[in-house]
Amino acid sequence: MIFAAIVAIEVNDLLSSVVAVGAVGFALCVAFLILKAPDLAITQLVVEILCLIILIRATIKRDLPLVIEGRWVFNTFVTIIFIVVFLFLSYFVFKELPAFGQPIMRVANLYLNEGVLKTGSVNLVTSVILDFRAYDTLGEATVLFASIIGLMAVLRSPGRKGKGKV
Amino acid sequence: MSLYLLCFLLFCIGLYGVLRKRNIVKIIVGLGIMEYAMNLFFVLLGYRTHGRSPIEASNQQILNMVDPVPQALVLTSIVIGLAVTALFISIAIRIYEKYGTFDITKIKKLKG
Repeated sequence: MIFAAIVAIEVNDLLSSVVAVGAVGFALCVAFLILKAPDLAITQLVVEILCLIILIRATIKRDLPLVIEGRWVFNTFVTIIFIVVFLFLSYFVFKELPAFGQPIMRVANLYLNEGVLKTGSVNLVTSVILDFRAYDTLGEATVLFASIIGLMAVLRSPGRKGKGKV
Repeated sequence: MSLYLLCFLLFCIGLYGVLRKRNIVKIIVGLGIMEYAMNLFFVLLGYRTHGRSPIEASNQQILNMVDPVPQALVLTSIVIGLAVTALFISIAIRIYEKYGTFDITKIKKLKG
């Protein structure tokens, strides 16, 4: 998965880059299955296929001129600085993280014990997203539809009078 | 602990792609990889050793379930990630139609 991610960033052809990021997504799907999250695996599969279709739609038949010149040294320097800062901060996070396999489950214990009684849903993930945290799901739907509106506004063919070019 | 480190490494690869590359599609791919790393990190935080998936069965008592809360949040996050990617790609297609390139250094006329 990491290897596929490196390939996705580094390869020069755009279409193979998109295919490599698809490999990352499907590996993530398998990882979710191993981590006992079947709902997430299903959603990740569907979303990954849709993402691949959209990305291939954007990249097909479009060549990539390889750019060599420019401020590569400054660019690389800033990138390395950002990554070092991120790793430095994540070092502090590591000290506070719970050990792998023993999560802190203060809220989740309540959900696990009383979820079936309170919501009647056998699948506890569904009961969390649709009952305990329904406002999150409402916000998610709002974001989704706002994105669709934005997409149609951007991609609509300019047919009106006035400004011809978008 | 090593799994967390691998997850951070994946995030760093995405960050490198976003900051270093000049192609818009590569930048979008880098953002997608960062998003995958975040989702994987949340699910890793909720995992319990020898855990079961959080689905109740009718005929048996399951004691050792993994945490359902990060899974629910990540489920939301995946769908929002799809929406964000679609919006990015539509803007990238528009830029390509206008400028004829995906290179961000060639796009100079930002005033329209």
